[in-house]
Amino acid sequence: MPTVKIPTSFRDFANGEATVESDGRSIAEIVDGIRRQYPKFYEQLTDDNGNLSPFVNVYLNDDDIRYLDKLNTRVSPQDVISILPAVAGG
Amino acid sequence: MTETVKTNSFELTAAQVSEIVTHAKASAPNECCGLFAGQANKIQKVYALRNSEQSPTNYTIDSRDQLRAFRDAEELGLEIISCFHSHVKSAAYPSPTDVRLAFDPEWVYAIVSLQSSEPDLRAFHIVGEQISEVDIVVTPD
Repeated sequence: MPTVKIPTSFRDFANGEATVESDGRSIAEIVDGIRRQYPKFYEQLTDDNGNLSPFVNVYLNDDDIRYLDKLNTRVSPQDVISILPAVAGG
Repeated sequence: MTETVKTNSFELTAAQVSEIVTHAKASAPNECCGLFAGQANKIQKVYALRNSEQSPTNYTIDSRDQLRAFRDAEELGLEIISCFHSHVKSAAYPSPTDVRLAFDPEWVYAIVSLQSSEPDLRAFHIVGEQISEVDIVVTPD
């Protein structure tokens, strides 16, 4: 099952877990698994329409999924998905 | 309405301060950005990263650089605990955009201003609309 790594900033929304497992064959399915397991974490990842928030970065192994197939990016059981807050300002 | 209250402190070495200022000057006229790894309030590694916006008024840390920095810190047994960026033509104080996009009340947000001939480095906690300045303690290398 793919592993999802969660940074410290988001762990309070995932019962303090540093990694969770979420079954799915695409990033969209992984995110949906997070919605069912950790609804508060899901709220951090998505906007009101269920789209991925621009304020988070989601990676499949070494690659930002924005440069792959976004939510449709395919995932294998041995893959690692990392989620980080986008660090931005002005 | 924001209010500023000074709280606790944040430790950098003189070499780390120099690294931040050098990155800011090299990135000008655009804003620079980066991350700090450490434990508690002691910074042990500075990551000078790319600003994917290449803008004089905004920054977003390049997402690939960010992942590399998080992984490197993890391998070193450290944690990414704060970030920095530059203000090229304004004071070292959080802008409305900085406040709006601050996501972690535990992080220290450091800002180096280049508006004067002498760079000014200051650091803040941002919790909601409240800005609290954090003293920067510069230690010998």
